[in-house]
Amino acid sequence: MSDMKDEKKPQQEEHYSLNDDRRVKVLSPGALVAKRFFRNRLAVLGMIMLLVMFVFSFVGGLVSPYGQDEQFYTYEDQNKEYAGVVRNNDFRYDSAEGQDFTSILQAQFMLAYGKMAPNAETADFAYKDIQYTITREGTDFYSISSNGTLLAIAYKDIVNSDEADLGFAVKYAALKAYTNHETDFNADGTDYTIDEDGTIQTGGRDVGYISRFVVSPVENGINLSRQFKEELDAAIEDDASEFKFTEDDGTEKTYEITYNASTQSWSILQATATYVYDQYAAPSKAHWLGTDVNGMDMLTRLMYGGRVSLVIGFIVVLIEAGIGVVLGGISGYCGGWVDNLIMRIVDIFYCIPSMPVIIILGAAMDAMRVDPQIRMIYLMLILGFLGWPSIARLVRGQILSLREQEFMTATEACGIRASRRIFRHLIPNVIPQLIVTCTMSLGSTIIMEATLSFLGLGVKFPFASWGNIISDVNDAFVMTHYWFIWIPAGICLLISVLGFNFVGDGLRDAFDPKMKR
Amino acid sequence: MRKFIIKRIIMSIFILFFVAFIIYALLRCLPSSYVENMAQQLSMAPGAKSYEEWIAQLNAQYGLDKNIVMGFFTWLGDAVRGNFGDSWKFTVPVLQKFNDVIWVSFIMGAISLVLELVIAIPLGVIAATKQYSRADYAITAGALVGISLPTFFFATLLKLVFSVKLGWFDLYGLVGRDYAQLSAAGQFWDKAHHLVLPIVTLVIVSVGSLMRYTRTNMLEVLNSDYIRTARAKGLSERKVIYHHAFRNTLIPLVTIVGGSLPGLFSGALITETLYMIPGIGYTSYQAMVAGDIPFSMFYMTFLAILTLAGNLISDILYAVVDPRVRVA
Repeated sequence: MSDMKDEKKPQQEEHYSLNDDRRVKVLSPGALVAKRFFRNRLAVLGMIMLLVMFVFSFVGGLVSPYGQDEQFYTYEDQNKEYAGVVRNNDFRYDSAEGQDFTSILQAQFMLAYGKMAPNAETADFAYKDIQYTITREGTDFYSISSNGTLLAIAYKDIVNSDEADLGFAVKYAALKAYTNHETDFNADGTDYTIDEDGTIQTGGRDVGYISRFVVSPVENGINLSRQFKEELDAAIEDDASEFKFTEDDGTEKTYEITYNASTQSWSILQATATYVYDQYAAPSKAHWLGTDVNGMDMLTRLMYGGRVSLVIGFIVVLIEAGIGVVLGGISGYCGGWVDNLIMRIVDIFYCIPSMPVIIILGAAMDAMRVDPQIRMIYLMLILGFLGWPSIARLVRGQILSLREQEFMTATEACGIRASRRIFRHLIPNVIPQLIVTCTMSLGSTIIMEATLSFLGLGVKFPFASWGNIISDVNDAFVMTHYWFIWIPAGICLLISVLGFNFVGDGLRDAFDPKMKR
Repeated sequence: MRKFIIKRIIMSIFILFFVAFIIYALLRCLPSSYVENMAQQLSMAPGAKSYEEWIAQLNAQYGLDKNIVMGFFTWLGDAVRGNFGDSWKFTVPVLQKFNDVIWVSFIMGAISLVLELVIAIPLGVIAATKQYSRADYAITAGALVGISLPTFFFATLLKLVFSVKLGWFDLYGLVGRDYAQLSAAGQFWDKAHHLVLPIVTLVIVSVGSLMRYTRTNMLEVLNSDYIRTARAKGLSERKVIYHHAFRNTLIPLVTIVGGSLPGLFSGALITETLYMIPGIGYTSYQAMVAGDIPFSMFYMTFLAILTLAGNLISDILYAVVDPRVRVA
C-alpha cells in the first residue's frame, strides 16, 4: 500500500539494505485511519467547525461578561398620555345674575334649538305657561330671554379667565364680540379688546381668552399653564401632529398630538424616559448580537444555548449507544430465542412513531407544569429511549457477521474465556461502525431537540437552546424585523450538525479500508 | 416466496398489536387535559352539574373509566371493525377527518418524492463516477448541508426571502384569501402556488440522504469485479457506467424507494405545521397538542402500519429484484 511507505526518505536511510525493515515505515491501523481521515478535506472542515462550536459554547460562556439570564434595562422614550383635549360641541349655559336657568329649561332650549331653522334669528318656546325667546347672538352663541329680561346665554366657545371670574356681563359681551368677529367691546363700563385668537385684554393686560377646546391634564396635580393651552389650541387648529412648548424654566419639550376619531378628542402624548427591559436592541458594542425579547444578551444566550444543545445531544447518544450496544451485543452473541426476543422488541420500538410520541409527552409535560430543569432530563431520557433500536440492530448485525469469521474461531481455539472474547476481540471490531453511527446521530439528535424546542415542547425558558431561541420567529414581526434574533442561532445549529455529519462521513470513509485513495 | 410473505405479515400484525398497546397505554397514562378542560367548561354553564359529575360522565362517554387493558381491547375491537371513534378536537369521526386531510399530504409527498428521485439519482451517479473530484465534493457537501438543515430554520428562511421580502408566496395556508371566488382552474393553481414552498422545503431537506445512498451504492458497484471485467473487455466508459453499473445500483434504490412509498401517506408533520397546510401532519399535530386521544391513537397506529408496510415492501422488492437473496 502506498500509504505505508514513507515517500521522503531521509538521506541517512540510503545505507539500509533493500530488505531492511527500517526502510518501510509501518503504521498501526489507527494511524492509517487518522491519515485517511485527515486527507479528507470535508472531514477536516467538519472537525474545525465542531471545534469552533465547542469553544464558542463551552469557553464562550465563561468569557462572556454577562450571565445566561442577565437582563438589561434601558431608558426608553415612551409616549405617555399627558393631557386630553376635547373640542366642545355641547352648549354650555350661564344664567344672568339673579336668574336661574334650570336644567329643565336647558332641555327645552335644546328642543327649540333643534327645531330652529338654520338661518332663523329667533325662536320661541313655552314652558309652564311662560314664553321664552331664543335670540341668535353670533355663531353657536344664543341668548334666552323671557318677556324682554335676559335669562341666560348658551355658548360653545368657552371663556377662560386668568384670575377672578369675569362675571356674566363681561362674558356675554366678550362672546358676542368674539362670535361676531369684533375686536373690542364694552362691559360694566370697562373697555376690552379681543383678538382673533380670542385673547381678552383690558388696558394692555390679559384677563382671559376664549377657545372652543377644553384641555385637561391626565394626571392629577398638574396645572397646565394658559400659555400651554393657548399654544396647544393653535397647534390643533393647524392640524399639527407635533407641538413644542418651552416651559417657564426654559426647557423645551416636544409633545405628540394624536386625534382619536371615535371620541373626537385629541390626546397629547409627552415623551418621558421610562426604565424598561432593553428589548430587541440592535447589535452594538455592548451586545454584539443585540438582545432578545427579555432584554438578555443574545450572544451569551447563544453560547449557553449551544451548551444545552450539545450536552443534550451527547447524553442522548450515550443513552442510545449504551442500551443499543448491550442489547444488540447480547442478541448477536447469544442467538437463539434471546436474539429472537430482543429483535422483536427492537421491531416494536422501531415502529413506535417517535416524533408524535415526543410531541404528546411534551404537551403533557406542559400540562403538568414540569420544572424546566427536570423537563430537560426527561427529554434526554425519552429521546435516548426511543433511539436505541437502530444501534442495537447495527451492533447485532456486526456481531453476527464477525462471529463467523476465522479470528473468532481462533480465539475460541486458543481457549480465551468468553468475556475476554467479547470485550477484547468482538467489541473493538464493532466500534468503528458504532462511532460513525453515533456521530451521525448526534447531528440528528441536535436537530430533533431543536425542533422540539422550536415547537415549545423541548427545552424551556429560562434555559436557552438554539431551538427555543429560534422559536421567537413564531412572531412574524420578529422574523421580518429582527434577523439578529434567529439567524445566528440557525447558523450555529447548521454549523454544528454539519460538523458532526462531515466528521461522521469522513470517519466512515476512513474506517472502510476499501475506500482507499 | 409466498410462505416468506405470509410469515412476515403475521409477524407484522404481532408487532403492530404490541405497538398499538404501548401507544394506548402511553396516551391513557397522560393527564387527560382535554376531558378536564371540557368538564370545566361544561360545569361553568349556568345550572350545570358539578365538575366531578361532568368528569365522571365524560370519562364514561369516552371509555376512560375502564382500566387500560380493558380499554385497549375495546378500542382494538372497534378499530378492527374500522371504527376509530370521533375526534374530540374536530368533533367529527376520525376517519372522516382523515379522509379530508390525507390527500393534500399525499400529493405533497408524491411530488417531493418524484423531485427527489429526479435530483438525487443523477447527482449521486455523477458524484460516484467522478469520486474525489470537485463535483463530488460539491455534491457530497450539498447533500450533507441538506441533511443538516433543520426544517424549521430552513422553512423560516424561505418564508423570509420568498414571502416577506419578495412577496411571491403567502406565509401560511393552503388557499388564498379569494379562493372561494376563483374558477376551478384558478382554485387548482391557487393550491399549487401555496404548495411550492412546502415542497421545496421537503425536497431540499430530504434529498441529501437519497443522494448519498445512490453515491455509496454506485461506488460499491464500481469497485466490483464485473465492472473491472467490463472495462477490461474494452467497453466504452459510457456503456460501463450506464449499462452495467447503473442497473446494479438500481437494486438497492428500488428497494429503498419502494419501502418509502407507504411513507407518502404519513404526512410531513413539521413542514405542514410550519406552513399551516391542512394535511395529516398538521391536523394530527393540533390533535396531539390538544390531547385528542382518538385521533392521536389513530394517527400513531396508522404511522406504525406504514412503517411495517414499508419494511415489508422493501424486503419483498429486494427478493424480487435480487434473485440471490430469495434462497435465504
